[in-house]
Amino acid sequence: MSAFHIIVCGSLVPDPLQTLEPITSPTGPGLKNEAMLPAVLDPWAGHALYEAANLAKNNPGSKVWLVSLGPKAKLQQLMMTIAQKVPFELVAVDGSASGFTDPFEAANALSDAIAKIPGLDRSKLLVFGGCASASRDAGVTMQMIGEKLGICDQFLAVDELSTPGDGSLRILERIEGGRYQVSSCQGAPAVLAWATGKLPVPPNNPQVGMMNMRAIMPALQKAVPAKVGSEGVTFSSVEVPKQKRETRIVKDMPVDEIAREIVAWITA
Amino acid sequence: MENLERQSLEVDIACVGFGPAMGGFLTTLSKVADPSLLQSRVMPGMPLQIMCYERADDVGFGVSGIVTRGRGIRASFPELDLSSIPMAHPVKHEKLVYLLDPIGASRRSAALKLVDKLLPARHSAFEIPFIPAFLRKDEGMVLSIGQFTQWISSQVMATGMVQLWPGTPVQSALIEGNQVAGVRLCDQGVEKDGSPSAGYMPGMDVRAALTVVGDGPVGAVGQQLDQVFGMPEGHHKRDWAVGMKMVVDLPENTELEAGMVYHTLGFPEPEIFGFLYVHPNRGASFGIFVPSFLETPVRTSYRYLQHWMLHPYFWRHLKGAKLRSWGAKSLSESGKHGEPFLAGNGYARIGEGSGSTNVLSGSGVDEAWTTGAQLAEGVLDLLREGKPFTKETLHEAYVARRRKSWVEKEAAVAEKARDGFHQGFSCGLLGMGLTGLTKGLLNIPGVAKRPHEKFPSLEEHYGTKLSAAELEGIRKRAAAESIPLHDLLMNQAGWPEIPYDGTLLVSHQDALLMGGKVQAAPGYADHVVFTHPEICETCIEKTCISICSGQAIMPGEASGVPRFDREKCVHCGACLWNCSKPGRENPEFGNLEFRAGAGGLHSSEN
Repeated sequence: MSAFHIIVCGSLVPDPLQTLEPITSPTGPGLKNEAMLPAVLDPWAGHALYEAANLAKNNPGSKVWLVSLGPKAKLQQLMMTIAQKVPFELVAVDGSASGFTDPFEAANALSDAIAKIPGLDRSKLLVFGGCASASRDAGVTMQMIGEKLGICDQFLAVDELSTPGDGSLRILERIEGGRYQVSSCQGAPAVLAWATGKLPVPPNNPQVGMMNMRAIMPALQKAVPAKVGSEGVTFSSVEVPKQKRETRIVKDMPVDEIAREIVAWITA
Repeated sequence: MENLERQSLEVDIACVGFGPAMGGFLTTLSKVADPSLLQSRVMPGMPLQIMCYERADDVGFGVSGIVTRGRGIRASFPELDLSSIPMAHPVKHEKLVYLLDPIGASRRSAALKLVDKLLPARHSAFEIPFIPAFLRKDEGMVLSIGQFTQWISSQVMATGMVQLWPGTPVQSALIEGNQVAGVRLCDQGVEKDGSPSAGYMPGMDVRAALTVVGDGPVGAVGQQLDQVFGMPEGHHKRDWAVGMKMVVDLPENTELEAGMVYHTLGFPEPEIFGFLYVHPNRGASFGIFVPSFLETPVRTSYRYLQHWMLHPYFWRHLKGAKLRSWGAKSLSESGKHGEPFLAGNGYARIGEGSGSTNVLSGSGVDEAWTTGAQLAEGVLDLLREGKPFTKETLHEAYVARRRKSWVEKEAAVAEKARDGFHQGFSCGLLGMGLTGLTKGLLNIPGVAKRPHEKFPSLEEHYGTKLSAAELEGIRKRAAAESIPLHDLLMNQAGWPEIPYDGTLLVSHQDALLMGGKVQAAPGYADHVVFTHPEICETCIEKTCISICSGQAIMPGEASGVPRFDREKCVHCGACLWNCSKPGRENPEFGNLEFRAGAGGLHSSEN
């Protein structure tokens, strides 16, 4: 077994069922009532966190840090909902986590925070994150974090990671055409940006939460401010995906007929 | 898998539920000037270990449209700056409005119809020129309880003294003899029926010297304590209401100013009270209360709320408004009649579930907050004195403090204020007025029926409006199409269908999605259980379906037993007191259990 130092870059996004309405505020683009929107852990980062915890559990001596860039007050709230899931140590960076931050600035802030973590062993370092996080789906943030940290081995659409036990990594990544690429890597350091993962959301474990929270509140108090806005950037237009919903309750409809109807609805 | 060991955790204080009462408790506790008082007894050398478990998926996901005088809240925060709490605003102006029935479909007595004709109405409403002092919210504030609760949670968490865990429902109290020794959390990784499945994790036992129960009027732990320890002589929880509300963006050209407060009565049924509060930035909360003294088998709060919105008095303001949030909750309307034992060995009860709501003034949040603060002051006294948390010490430190306070004095005035409603709407109104104006000296009496005794049959209810043949036709259609009865009945009884506009007037299911953002994490058991399905098979009214705020209870298959979909449940708990059949085990309620469960609303604006 090999011990890893696993950094998970992950922060908050609006709860997916919220109604999002872009607005132009005095400080730039934003979402209407953004401060009031309930937030959840970015689902891609969630995959990364749960995979990291599982890897650490199966490789004794490993440790997980969650490096989160977001408004301190919202991060505090987010921690209440995720800190019971898996053991981690929080490193908080106080800055915007809206969809209008600049990926380069976000990568800068995160890599700076990672570099300052005391006791981090580069020979054991795995940097995890969501493949599309903090980049409006462009998938560039994790890559830039890796570059800033000088990590060359980067895997940017990871679905599965296995560790044979000799310190090496075997990585399954999705590529064009619905196929997968299998990579072998001699070992840490490496960057893994997760596209999915195979683990469900863990149940809440109060003992884990109690242990995590003792370090979370001091970490939030020590959160360093980071400038990750979109200063100097002009957004000519902003749109969120339109929701279209039609509900009908039917019983005993054959599957083929349901499929035909859905296809007709999509293509209409 | 079934043999997994149940884990156990030792803490000093275990708290159940995070609403206004627990906010008052934890705020007061965490403001203690001398932290050395709060040394842990279970972890020597560590600060006091205080764990608070909240059922909802995040703090502030509960519902309560409030306008409050906020005396207790201001006492905790003397320098309170409302602008730091989103959606908060001082009360600027109040109106009490009697709404006439412009449709002619409501259940009005002949006397009330005569009154309607005599009143000088405008927009089918009469603005009552005098608001009695007991109803006024002088120097009060309009709040979003969701935003207020989030604000409080950030304050108490920031002290580092309290751990607050949403998404963690408490299944039950750990009762050992006459002592509460902590709580048991709900099992995770289970099927709908509670049997273990993938990822099974038995709910942890959290053992504590003191368990603080503030899980509201329909909370599982409160219900359990009422059952096990009973209620004080003559006390009962028979009077209820379900409050349903919406938060909207008013039209851009709205004339309503922030801080404006409306209280209504008279429509859509005489017994249904309503409200509208205006927040800053064109936000508004409005809603209705459907009470258990509305003796009809067709208690449907959503449909009634839509008719309330469409009343000409409000529609002139609401036309063009946009739905932001929606939700519902049960309210305990028994007041002091519903007060349980407030403290016992190892436990204390605070907030609405402890009977703190003032049923005369219609005020609950301020009272709930204050009871929490009072318990915290008592707990601090006991910690200072090194005393254990027994029935006697908690009575001395908490209950005695509560008895001496304004909460108790005002509750005593209000105790019989609503008794008159058991004789009818007019008697009830008269009784409230009499109680309020004489400060509780005079009341109109009434005997509270058990919830299941308040439902006339459909034939009795619609006797003069719908023929037996019409009722039978509606029943057959509802059964054939597996749809609820109430919409068909209301349509037939003269209520117009709702003209959906897609932004404010939306289908019930769209309100769940657009307003409540309702969802439920997998891996928890159903929390609504039909205790004896064979009783449901014989039930014709199925009031549990018509009252269900989220259409989570719907007609079932051919057996006639309703089906429950926990992914739609908003946890209002109205089903608990809206079963028309007496429970075999506990005739105070019906043939339905409302247990602890996760999920529900995902909006923090309510």
